[in-house]
Amino acid sequence: MADPLRRIGGYLTQVQAVADAEIRKLVHDPNELLTRAIQPAIWLLLFGEVMAQVRGLSGSNIRYLDFLAPGILAQSVLFAAIFYGIAAIWERDLGVLHRYMVSPAPRSAIVLGKAVSSGVRGLSQAVVVYLLAGALGIAIDLNPLNLLGVIGLIALGSGLFSTFSLIIACIVRTRERFMGIGQVLTMPIFFASNAIYPIDIMPAWLRTISLLNPLTYEVDALRALMLRGAASKFGIGLDCLVLVAFSTVFVAIATRTYPRMTR
Amino acid sequence: MPDSPPGDRSATPALVIETQALSKSYDGHLAVDRVDLQVRAREIFGLIGPNGAGKSTLIKMLTTLLPPTSGEAQVAGCDIRRAPRAVRERIGYVPQLLSADGALTGYENLLLSARLYLIPRAEREPRIREALHRTGLADAADRLARQYSGGMVRRLEIAQSTLHRPPVLIMDEPTVGLDPVARHQVWQHVRDLRDRYGTTILVTTHVMEEAEALCDRVGILHQGRLEKVGTPAELCAEIGPDATLDDVFARVAGADVETEGDFRGVRLARRAEREHG
Repeated sequence: MADPLRRIGGYLTQVQAVADAEIRKLVHDPNELLTRAIQPAIWLLLFGEVMAQVRGLSGSNIRYLDFLAPGILAQSVLFAAIFYGIAAIWERDLGVLHRYMVSPAPRSAIVLGKAVSSGVRGLSQAVVVYLLAGALGIAIDLNPLNLLGVIGLIALGSGLFSTFSLIIACIVRTRERFMGIGQVLTMPIFFASNAIYPIDIMPAWLRTISLLNPLTYEVDALRALMLRGAASKFGIGLDCLVLVAFSTVFVAIATRTYPRMTR
Repeated sequence: MPDSPPGDRSATPALVIETQALSKSYDGHLAVDRVDLQVRAREIFGLIGPNGAGKSTLIKMLTTLLPPTSGEAQVAGCDIRRAPRAVRERIGYVPQLLSADGALTGYENLLLSARLYLIPRAEREPRIREALHRTGLADAADRLARQYSGGMVRRLEIAQSTLHRPPVLIMDEPTVGLDPVARHQVWQHVRDLRDRYGTTILVTTHVMEEAEALCDRVGILHQGRLEKVGTPAELCAEIGPDATLDDVFARVAGADVETEGDFRGVRLARRAEREHG
């Protein structure tokens, strides 16, 4: 065990163990993925088509529907990830969590494994949104490098918000309380971001909040990578840096709080 | 670990689990009260006691899920406070709750454990196959665990928690809710583990029949204190020629039965049971 390479290999095996188990569950029962596909469809088809009539909302020269698509992608990933805590509480109630916590796997490996599986779940959302966007004639960029970038961002964003959700679950501890707080959290994260309107049209106080919101940076980078002819406002490098920083902090916190759930 | 055969009492077997004044308190209520427990290598040790006696709290401390308020404990030679990770590598734990994932197949549950415990890649498949075979789950390996019977789930849980061949297996109420046939199968499987791998087994139960049939020695836990320790025969002989463990248990818990009409006591016990398993 003194060999650092072997330790890293072992750590990655444990991360993979957790993520793989979650992904296998999705494969056994993909119903959840199908129902999750409905929400982005509603946003793009109903909300998007109507709001597209409001001129100048996208704040730039791109069509509103184009502007909206990356926001809806980020939103559907957020909504799927933010209820991750419910699954964590459910696992605790069942006893499955005890099994992870008595294993020698480092707590951070367990948290990371869960985050990775949430990222994979998020990717299935991306497929849905891309198909919808294609059908609606949105100017999506299919350059492989851009697609790779989108995959990375979705995985990162999904891991970030699922880990945030896990922290909340560790604090509230029951499913009932989580259901309440989940709603309360999701709406501000979504509306206080650039997902469905540019932050330039916001009042100053809301703009400040948006700039502290990781979703803003995810959407900003997604918009640049997903659309033809769109540019990032903050720079994709900064966007990624902010997302990685948030993720690191959340994983560090969850690594400390998660084991308390089995006490 | 010494190689004395199971049941050999002439040699002094090494202690595999040892606690010194181990205690846990919740809001000033002592759930585990200065317990000195000694479990010898290769024995099946039963912790018995009524609900709320502190069995689950004690187990949670020994499995490193719960830090003790005071006292010390060593499991398989490792200190639960100073080396929790080393303890986790050396124990298998079957919680009272459901620890097999119903949304995964039996095989996938075992694969998950094989990876979590870092069993070398080349050994994973043979060990999983062997475990499936030994627990009689080979034919059900590719079915979701949620379709298993209660006995099958328990056997899967024992298999997944011993895949890494731990020197110590800790089980919390392993046969609750099982029919007599399934219960006997679980006992047989536990004995088999001890005989085959020399595993030391600590099991909690409130079924006296289980303690008598399965355990080499038992400890009676009552209101957080370890009141008596001995072989089932020794404990019974103390009371009288025809005494059973039920009688021993009634004597230890007896004083309490009369005073337990207190609603607050019941509420505390139930809350402890719910929150701390």
